[in-house]
Amino acid sequence: MAYISSGVACSHVPALGVASDKGITGDDYYGPIFKGFEYSRAWMEAEKPDLVFLVYNDHCTAFDARIIPTFALGCASEYPPADEGWGPRPVPVVKGHRGLSAHIAQSLVLDAFDITIMNEMEVDHGLTVPMTMMFGQPDAWPCPVVPLAVNVVQYPAPLGSRCYALGKAIRKAIESYPEDLKVCVFGTGGMSHQLQHQRAGLINSEWDARFMDLLVNDPDQGCQIEHIEYLREAGSEGIELVMWYVMRGALNENVEEKHRFYHVPASNTAVGHLILENR
Amino acid sequence: MAEQKPYDDIPGTIVFDSDQAAKGYHLNQFCISLRLQVNRDAFKADPEGYIDQYAMTADQREAALNQEWNRLLELGGNIYYTSKLAAYHGINFQELAGLMTGKGSTAYRAMMVAGGRSIEGNRYKSEWQDD
Ligand SMILES: [Fe+2]
Repeated sequence: MAYISSGVACSHVPALGVASDKGITGDDYYGPIFKGFEYSRAWMEAEKPDLVFLVYNDHCTAFDARIIPTFALGCASEYPPADEGWGPRPVPVVKGHRGLSAHIAQSLVLDAFDITIMNEMEVDHGLTVPMTMMFGQPDAWPCPVVPLAVNVVQYPAPLGSRCYALGKAIRKAIESYPEDLKVCVFGTGGMSHQLQHQRAGLINSEWDARFMDLLVNDPDQGCQIEHIEYLREAGSEGIELVMWYVMRGALNENVEEKHRFYHVPASNTAVGHLILENR
Repeated sequence: MAEQKPYDDIPGTIVFDSDQAAKGYHLNQFCISLRLQVNRDAFKADPEGYIDQYAMTADQREAALNQEWNRLLELGGNIYYTSKLAAYHGINFQELAGLMTGKGSTAYRAMMVAGGRSIEGNRYKSEWQDD
């Protein structure tokens, strides 16, 4: 049977993808960030998941304002990297897993999560940057990915508590799939950042640290953080952090924090990263 | 009478909610169209002709053509969309933030390297009135 072994939280700042693609990951600005992920790439090589379930948001790439699904599950055989305005990132095409996707899609709807099904989808930096941070620059990604795109661009994003409950439903779906698959769940986005208007550049490191503590050790409380708190304390784009709760919901109540990394800044954003193993 | 929203008191922030999205739909679709080279070429060849394909208001049209970044947000634009218009003009995300904050890109980048804008004094509009 399929099972979930671990979870990864990871910011998906586009500049980190650019740094990797341009080969400037060792410079003064990006060096400390990529150093913080050295542990992670070694961990990933040992962990060797058979599949990654990756929670991210699209940034008006696959979905512009015409269609805004709150939760959209990738059910395709492959997901090409999208052209976000400067050509697609030179990273491998992301391979999907139709069988597992179809099973999760059916299981979620019957579990009262009325998700949107995406049989074709291009993926932007929200998905490809965490892949780069965790897997480096291989010729092909080492395992297939099932992506879940969450609307966090048009307010309101889904509630943290709803994301947490969805994570639990995803776990139930994965654990009822007959193929032997070891699954690692990624929650991406964040941490505190605001990209817009006069308050752009907001960073709240104390809040970010508390957010990570709650996520790891008391998710039942942490998932109750209200939208107004994200907006005010973590910045208007910091609300992406609700996606980390989908990942957390898919894990055991008790997890072991194997790795934590936090750095300011990458471009306009605080970079946060966790590796959690089921206990 | 406009409805009071819990985030109305956050300074320097336009929350892209359903009302803003409804106001900004055509503006945002114009901006996102510039993701593709073929549309960037068409806009370059005939800016007014190109923008007039989108049913935006006169204010939105003017703000887009004049690159008024904060006003675009106030008129229903969203940053992930307006940043595509900025990219068309060769302005990257961090430079755009420098413009929106009024700091300019050098001072803005320095602020970020020094840890970013502190949350202290930046939670409520009332905290900004003393400046
Ligand atoms: Fe994002």
